Amino acid sequence: MFAALTPFLAAFAFLSEEGGHEVHAGDGGALAQWAWLIVVVPVVITFLIVFFGKKSPLKGWGMATFGMAFVAVYGAVLAWVNLQEGILYEGAIDIGKIGPFALQWGWVVDGLSIMMYFLVGIVGFLVFVYAKGYMKGDVRYTWFFAAFSLFAGGMLVLVSAPNLIQLIVGWELVGVSSYLLIAHYWEDFDNVDAGNKAFMTNKIADVGLFIGAIIMALSAGSFQFSEIFSRMIEGHTLLAQFGFWAGLALFIGAMGKSAQFPFHVWLPDAMAGPTPVSALMHAATMVTAGIYLIARLFPFYQMPEFAGNVDSYIVVIGAITLFFMGLLAIVQDDIKKVLAYSTVSQLGYMMAAMGVGAYSAGLFHLFTHAFFKSLLFLGAGSVIHAVHSNNMSDMGGLRKYMPATFWTFLIGTAALIGLFPFAGFWSKDEIIASAYYNASTDPTAAAWFMVILSIAGAFITAFYMARAVSLTFFGEYNGHGHPHESPKIMTIPLMGLAAFAAFAGFLNMPGITETFIEWVTVRAFPISEHHFTAPNWALISIVTPIVLIALGIGFWLFRPKETQAARDTFDIPVLYPLLEHKYYIDDFYMDGIIRPTMGPLADGTLWIDENIVDAVPNLAGGAAKHVAAAVNTVDQNAVDGVYNSVSAGTGAAGGFLRKALTGRVQQYAAMSFAGVVIIAALFMIF
Amino acid sequence: MTIIQFVLLGAALFSIGLYGVLTRKNAVLVLASVEVMLAAVNVNLVAFDVYLGDASHAGQIMTLFLIALAAAEVGIGIAIVLLVFRNRRSANIDELDVMRF
Repeated sequence: MFAALTPFLAAFAFLSEEGGHEVHAGDGGALAQWAWLIVVVPVVITFLIVFFGKKSPLKGWGMATFGMAFVAVYGAVLAWVNLQEGILYEGAIDIGKIGPFALQWGWVVDGLSIMMYFLVGIVGFLVFVYAKGYMKGDVRYTWFFAAFSLFAGGMLVLVSAPNLIQLIVGWELVGVSSYLLIAHYWEDFDNVDAGNKAFMTNKIADVGLFIGAIIMALSAGSFQFSEIFSRMIEGHTLLAQFGFWAGLALFIGAMGKSAQFPFHVWLPDAMAGPTPVSALMHAATMVTAGIYLIARLFPFYQMPEFAGNVDSYIVVIGAITLFFMGLLAIVQDDIKKVLAYSTVSQLGYMMAAMGVGAYSAGLFHLFTHAFFKSLLFLGAGSVIHAVHSNNMSDMGGLRKYMPATFWTFLIGTAALIGLFPFAGFWSKDEIIASAYYNASTDPTAAAWFMVILSIAGAFITAFYMARAVSLTFFGEYNGHGHPHESPKIMTIPLMGLAAFAAFAGFLNMPGITETFIEWVTVRAFPISEHHFTAPNWALISIVTPIVLIALGIGFWLFRPKETQAARDTFDIPVLYPLLEHKYYIDDFYMDGIIRPTMGPLADGTLWIDENIVDAVPNLAGGAAKHVAAAVNTVDQNAVDGVYNSVSAGTGAAGGFLRKALTGRVQQYAAMSFAGVVIIAALFMIF
Repeated sequence: MTIIQFVLLGAALFSIGLYGVLTRKNAVLVLASVEVMLAAVNVNLVAFDVYLGDASHAGQIMTLFLIALAAAEVGIGIAIVLLVFRNRRSANIDELDVMRF
């Protein structure tokens, strides 16, 4: 079906002036045709666990992990074939029609979706293995793996979507299963609140997604991505007219799932869920959905005639998110919240990268971030498992007790802050370099804003990670009991992820390897982006010292002996309260929007409803009641009276006549004879 | 011989039969009375057949049918009476008033 696109691709050549990759791709053969299994297996396994999980020997863990292993292996094979010859395939099954729009369930197999299949599979598999140790003895152990499997399955539905409808279905599946998982410990009401918050915040942003999808479908005439791109190449006027609004609305949807400012509030609270959930949710699934949506529609956001003007909004939002949310991580005591704000900040990097047109750089950061952030979360989970507290003030000195966790956490930290040669170094520097290139070719305020904030973000990242590592692993142990290293089932996944965190960066070293770029640019629609042929040494020589300085300051401020005192010296008058209260954004939402809505607004609407809106039906109802009473009287007395008297008369007549029936046969015979005589007499007379 | 004597004989037989049907207590005698009434009808049929000089003698043929019918009827009647007697140890029709309301 992509053969039909070839003329359009030729027409698009004028856009590839920045050195977009030429795509030579096969259709992947049976491997791609059967790729629907990637989506179906985890979803089917969810139901198998729900129905048979408790009776199975591994209580559902085995099935869930098998599903993820399947996805990982299938994804790896697809990735391998994709790198050899390229795969472009789009399978579809017709389900029905909504008006003029065809409704299809399909599966896209191209570079972008293969990357996500692989990522969800491999990270999911390692996290599921880890969860066996972490969730041991949980009350809802089996149910946890059912919801977890659905979570990964929903993400795969989203990733495999060839149209906006299926994307929304996957989007909502991810949303609902994240709600189930965040509120997993629902006995504690705070966790339920966190689940509700995540769900409702996403729902508000989802309105943008829905509106965007509707605008897109109405103007382009289809929900299919391939159709939308074809309309773009044709220069469809209606689509061009509404392209900006469709792009902006879809971006608002992406902001919700990818926790961009000001929709970030749900993500730190989502830490209420079990740690494996946080690891998967903030690495390979859920939060990457928004980035994925922008990446899927990347050509649409690249053309100034269509949604190109949304880019500056994306850049600004991404830059604000990466910097200001990173700052919040500095003051958190909960180790998972440090990582949560760090996730928000890194998502800001990815989003901003999409905005500056760095498609593969943004996706590369998504790819490496998935490994090192899930590694950090699982490491934090391992610590929490040992200490039975989330607070870093209860930790300290764990380096000695938990060597495996400590070293893997350190690798994750190095990758996150972007130390050479760990994964984050290559991906983050590529984003900063892309931002710089964007600013130098198109010097707008937003572009320079992004460059400065992305470098400042690198500083903050190093600073809060230095603090977290120092407070957790160095100094003296402050908690209760004797911490111990986690079981092998938990440390082995950590090591697996650490290997990826250390080496994944080598997939894309500017000027040396381009494996990752070749991987994700296999798209039916050519991706045009600036392509670096060498590392930007000037930027590296600025960013790397900055990171090292931040590390030094962090370790010095929070050095083991003065942990508590250092915390106090950090009490800068205006900044600290501001950060402590999360810029008052949550308070503003609560006091400025939710409370007035639930309080005066709800009461007012209730009053109007009861007194004004209800007055009309009440009046009508009252009148109808009186009419009914009158009708009832007439019915009871007049209408029923006729029937009652007729039946009473019949009854009386029957009572009288029954006396004639004595049962004596001869009397009957005599009466018959008398009757015959009378009839005969009548015959004679007349 | 005129038709009048036969008609009178028939009327007399019918009246006797009717009287028997209405007054006898024993069910067997009631049945016998019914036979008498049927005999009256037969007398009339034969008499009018001859009197009217019917070439096909439909009246006499009808009489033969009636005699056969009467025999069958008596057979069923006696059988019913026997069963009633066996169940109730009595053939008195005054006691057979179960059909009363």
